[in-house]
Parts: sequence; structure tokens; C-alpha cells
Amino acid sequence: MIRAAFIALTALLLLVAPARAQELTRAFGPEAATGLLRLRSTTDISVLGPVIEAFLARRPGLRIAYEQWGSNALYGLQSADCAAGRAGADLVISSAVHQMVDLVNEGCARPYRSALTAALPDALIWRDELWGVTREPAVMVYNRDLVAAAQVPHSRFDLLDLLRPTESPFRGRVATYDIERSGLGFLFAFADSMEATTFGGLMESFGRSGAIATCCSAEIIDGVAEGRYLVAYNVLGSYALVRARHDTRLGVIAPRDYTLVLSRAAMIPAAAGQPRAAAQFVDFLLSPQGRAALEAAGLVVRLEGEDGAALELGGAVETLQRPIALTPALLIALDAHKRALFGARWRDAFPAPPPKAP
Amino acid sequence: MAETRSWSLKSRVALAVGAVLLLGGIVVLWVALAYGGQAAREAYDRLLLGAARDIAAAITIRDGAAVVDMPASAFQMLALAPEDRIRYRVTGPDGATLTGSDAAPTPPRRDGAGPVFYDGALGAEPGRYVALTRRFAERSFSGPVQVVVGQTLRARHALARDIAGGALAVLAAAGIAIGLFAWLATRSALRPLHRLGRALARRDPTDLTPITLPMPAEIAPVLGALNGFMGRLDRQASASRNLIGDAAHQLRTPVAAIRAQAQDAQEEEDPARRARLLGRIHERSVGLSRLLDRMLDRAMIIHRTDTAPRAAVDLRDVALEIYEALEDMPGGAAIRLDLPPAPVVVRGDALSLVEAGKNLAANALAHGAPPIRLGIAAEGGAARLFARDSGPGPSAAILDGMGARFAAHAPGGAGLGLAIAREVAQSHGGALRLGPGGAADGFEAALVLPRLGA
Repeated sequence: MIRAAFIALTALLLLVAPARAQELTRAFGPEAATGLLRLRSTTDISVLGPVIEAFLARRPGLRIAYEQWGSNALYGLQSADCAAGRAGADLVISSAVHQMVDLVNEGCARPYRSALTAALPDALIWRDELWGVTREPAVMVYNRDLVAAAQVPHSRFDLLDLLRPTESPFRGRVATYDIERSGLGFLFAFADSMEATTFGGLMESFGRSGAIATCCSAEIIDGVAEGRYLVAYNVLGSYALVRARHDTRLGVIAPRDYTLVLSRAAMIPAAAGQPRAAAQFVDFLLSPQGRAALEAAGLVVRLEGEDGAALELGGAVETLQRPIALTPALLIALDAHKRALFGARWRDAFPAPPPKAP
Repeated sequence: MAETRSWSLKSRVALAVGAVLLLGGIVVLWVALAYGGQAAREAYDRLLLGAARDIAAAITIRDGAAVVDMPASAFQMLALAPEDRIRYRVTGPDGATLTGSDAAPTPPRRDGAGPVFYDGALGAEPGRYVALTRRFAERSFSGPVQVVVGQTLRARHALARDIAGGALAVLAAAGIAIGLFAWLATRSALRPLHRLGRALARRDPTDLTPITLPMPAEIAPVLGALNGFMGRLDRQASASRNLIGDAAHQLRTPVAAIRAQAQDAQEEEDPARRARLLGRIHERSVGLSRLLDRMLDRAMIIHRTDTAPRAAVDLRDVALEIYEALEDMPGGAAIRLDLPPAPVVVRGDALSLVEAGKNLAANALAHGAPPIRLGIAAEGGAARLFARDSGPGPSAAILDGMGARFAAHAPGGAGLGLAIAREVAQSHGGALRLGPGGAADGFEAALVLPRLGA
């Protein structure tokens, strides 16, 4: 019976992916450009757009066709391209780094080495084929108007304490990603489960207090701003901080016990038609100018706290950062049984997925 | 001037050492690569096996199905080869994939329950796999569940290269050390030759005494040959000096006597006395000419002993020749030959031996009593060429002085003849023996020489 449930869940997870098509496309650069770089990414066009403009300003004669994809759809597409040996994208950047590790593990990437890639820390480079180009913490977002300063949770333990009383005002008003619909949500939850035993308690607490699992960063942050949710857990810090710059209702916290740090992974597909231009873009993203552009876009978040007006830091910087390393160990997040077991555990905590209109 | 230089010893040694190192390098590289490959394979095979065991241990049976709660430790273990791609697969009793990649190759069929290591492709790269079987016998589930874990070979190759590189570095260091030591050893080995050269260059041109420098055993033969060569030169030079000295010493008196007698004869009026004087002059001239012959013979013989090539000589031939030479001398008919039936062979110069034997026989003719026997005898390792007469032999006082160069006590230079015989005997590695004959009657003079092939 459980086996049947596994199969159903696995099928669901797999079905969700290819069903979606690309979300948005946009072209950057002059139309008369001689070279065309096809970039597929899970990042919103509006977020990465300025970075691409900055690159093109230094590299005239190149045009970039940007395709924005959902992570599962992108994974499915790249796997299919790789299996068929089809020259699809020239560069792929995805936040679902476990899927990127799998693509590299399947031999779908092309190696590239430069002084800039070689300078990356070991956790952010694998086989010279996959590079972590951004730095985005997983944060908690709260509503400044509705959560008293004394109640603001600075760590997962604080959150557990808030949810414990049976009459807690936070019951039913804590939100997090629905891992079945958000690849990123799954990755964060999975990394949490690997990282600490706190996660088990948190899941149980979420289940008892009727926490909400929903989709997508924007929706969650909107919900917190509007007061539907008081606290959102494991929200991608880059989006949250960009929103919090203009919305004073939002408070952003890097948890004090530990903060997961995601680096979106970039790879050049083996069959890429423009590997040189793709490599130049990777080098640009890793160069000081590229870092500055990414930082302006909110994709590189300083945890050192110099401009920490928006981000509230809980503890010592060195101990709280837990980068999600680009290693084959991430493949475990794609294991069919592991996903099914993890999904079943998740479903115990969030038994009734809120019905959502397609 | 002819080119006498050949390849220098240093370049010969360098060539030999270089060849040894090159050959050794190839062999060591080959062995190190093989060993490194083996060591890397074993090390990383254990890693694979550890990961497979972790995965196998994480299989549980839930509601009649095998479920793998994939352990992170397995992947962390595989990630110890950080650059290598991974593939794994867990299959149930029916061979269907439970979880993992269908692309993992199935292991070769093998009996026994132990883990099976095998090579297989991992995408486009070569890979190494291990297959492990865990058997379940539960109420709801029974049968083998197989775990296959594989990895690409980058870390293995890197480790093998490291090991081989280390071995080569050691070899290179050893090579440099060997080369250095070979160079130093050659230098120190050649130093005695330089010393010898300097000693020769410093020498007085007339100094022909042996060089007594301490020399290593390998160079000692060169010095020995050099000293022998100088010895021969020295003997020839002293033979010439002796000839001149003898001539001066021995010829001056008789020549002065002949001159005085010739003057007397010139002034003599009486024909009878004049004739007697002339007769005496003739007698003295004959003695003088014989003396001269002996001196020249001796010089010639001494020259020959150093220069003539040595050959195998049958002493019977030598005796025959002596006999024929003496037959015509006065009393020569009284000589009897005493020869053995078998050849008696020595290594030597036939002419010198004939001359020496002739002197002995002539002495016996001149001073001994007939009958005179000339003979050859083989006695164990020695050969004897003897001349024996029936007289009592010379007195003990004369015997003591015999064989010395100036013992010209007897008219006609008999002492010189014995001296020649002694020189010849010595240069042939033998001796001159004077004494009573074998049968205690008479006197015997004999050359005792080492026999060839005895």
C-alpha cells in the first residue's frame, strides 16, 4: 500500500515537471549581434536582467536569449536534451542545485577552468563543470506590525517556542514552501533534514499548529506583508530582502542556530553551441564587477552585516553559515525512495494541501 | 702524430650510468604505474564497498516491499573521491530497479555471496562498480536485494599518478646521487694514474730503478710492466757498460804485454830468440782473441735473454748442436753424448742455451780429465743439461770464485764462460750447479732449468 503511495507520489513529482512550459522569455543585446547565447534559468528575468545588461555592456556583439523556467521543468528539459545530444541551452543557471549536480553526474556538462573558477571554494565547484554563482541565505520573514519585537523568532528554537502553546496566535499563521510544488522548498527542507535534528521537531510542530505549505516565494512574502501569515520559514533571502527594502512591514531574519546558504549553480551543457560566450558569462558572474551586479540584484547577500539594515543577524557569522555544497552527496535528494519517504513524512505534517486552482 | 686518445673513462662511466638509469627508470615507471594502479584500485574499491554496505544496511521491509532509506553517509563516503561521478542502483528479487539509475550495468554472474567488483561504463567515462547482495527472509518479503554502486576513475588515476610520480621522484634523486658518486669514484680511481704520470715526468732520464708508488690492484700490473720494461732497459745498459768495463780491464794487460814483446822482438838480433818471442806473441794473440770472443758472446747472450722470444725447446737438440760445435776442437772427439729417449722440453731461447752449454763443455775439455760426457736428464719438474769429466774438479777456493765476471783465473777466460752459463740459467728461471758428478767420480757442471709440461 505504501509502495503504491510511493509510486503515486513519484509519478506526481515527475508529472509536475514536464507539464509546465517555459514561463517567460526575453532577449537582451543588439539584434544585429553576431553571437547568440541561450540562457536558461530559474531566476526571474526581472532579477537577473540587470546583471545580463552589465555583462553585455562589457561584451558588445553578443545577444542573450533568456528563458525563465520552473526548476523541475528545466531539469526535465535539460535531461532530455542531454540524452538526445541536442544543443539546447548554452548556459543553465538553476536554484535547484541537486538537479544540477545530477545533470553533471550524468555527464551532461562541459568542463571549463579559469583563474576565477579555480578561486571558488571547494563547496561551490564540482568537477570544473558546475559553479555556485550566487549567495542567498534561507531566512525567516515576519510581519513587523503584527509580531511584537519580543516575540520575533531569531532561531528555529524560538519558532518552536512560539508554536508550542495551544492558544498561540501563530497557530495556522506560519507558512513555508510546499515541497511538492517548489523544487527550492524541497531542497531547503531536505537540507534542513540533513543538517539538524531540529527539523523533526519543527515538522511535528508545523503539523500540530496547522502551518501552511504553499507555493512560491512571491506568494509567501505577499502573505506575510498583508498579515495573512505572521512568520514565513525558509524563504529565499534574496527575494525577501529585495522586497523588504521597499516594504517596511517585512522583517527578515537569518536564523541564529544556522543559516542555509544557497548558491545557484551554473553549468555549460555538453552540447552547447556557444561554450566560449557561456564561459565568459560564468567568468563575469565570478568577477568583482559581476559580484557587484549580483549584489545589486540581491543575488549575493552579504552576511557580514555591514549593510545589515534589512537582514537581522542572530549570531556569529562564521558558525551560522551552512552553504549547500555542490557535491555528489546532493544526489541523495533525487533518490526515488528517499524522496518518497521524505514526502510521506512531510505529508504527515501538512496533511491537507490547500486546494489550488490550476 | 697518431691519435692515441679514445673515449674518456668518465664518459664511458657516464654512458653506463645513464643507460642503467634510463633502463631502471623505464622499469620503475612501469612497476610504479602498475603498483599505483593496484593500490588506488584497492583503496577506492573499499570506498565503494563501504558505500554499498551502508546502502544495503539501510534496506528495510515495509508492508511487503523493500524500501531504501538512502543513508547520507554512503554518498559522503563516495564524495571522498570528490571529482568522480556516481551511479547506484538497488534491484529487488525480480531484477526490477527499486531505486537509483537503470543505467548502472549489471554485474557479471558470479557464484558466492561476497561482493563482486567489476568495470563498466559510467556514461561516456569508464567506471568501477561493486555489487552486493543482501538476502531477506521475512514473512512478507523474501529474496535477494542487490545493491550496485559505481564511480568514475578520476580519483583512482590521480592517486596512481601520485604514487608513480613519487616513485619517479625518488628514482630521479637516486639517479643524481648515483651519477655524482660515479663521477667522484672515477675521479678518485684515476688519481693514481695521474700520480704515476707525474712521478715519471719528474724522473731523471738516466734513472731506470723501479718505481715504488702504492697503486691499486687494478693499476699495479701497469706499473709492474713499466718497471719490467725499465729493468730490461737497465740490464741492457749495464751489459753495455760491463762490456766496455771488461774490455778495458781484461784487454789492457795482454795488449800491453803483446806490445812490449813485439817491441822486444823488433829489437832482438838473435833469430832464435826472435822466433821464440814471435811464438809467444802469437800465443798471447790467440788467448786475447778467445777472450774477446767470450766477452762479445756474453754481451750477446745477455742481450738475448731480455729480447729473444721464448719458445719450447727440446734440450736433446741443444745437446746435439753443442756436440757438433765441439767435435772439431782439440780433444773434441773424446766427448760422449748421453741423451734420454724422450724429449726434454723447456721454454727458452735455443741459441742462448747452446752457447751456455758450449761453455760448460769447453771448460770440461780444457780443465777436466777425459772421458767427458755431455748429457740431458729429466728429474721431476727440472731438466738438467750437464757436462761431466772424470777429473777431481777445481779446488774449493777456485769453486767459490767461479762464475763471477772477473774470475779470469784460467787462461782463455774460462771464468767468463761460467758467468755466461749462470746468466742464461737465471734468465730461464733456473740455476747453474757445480759439484761432484752423480757417481762421485769426476766433476759436473749443469744448467738446471724448469721443465715445460712437467
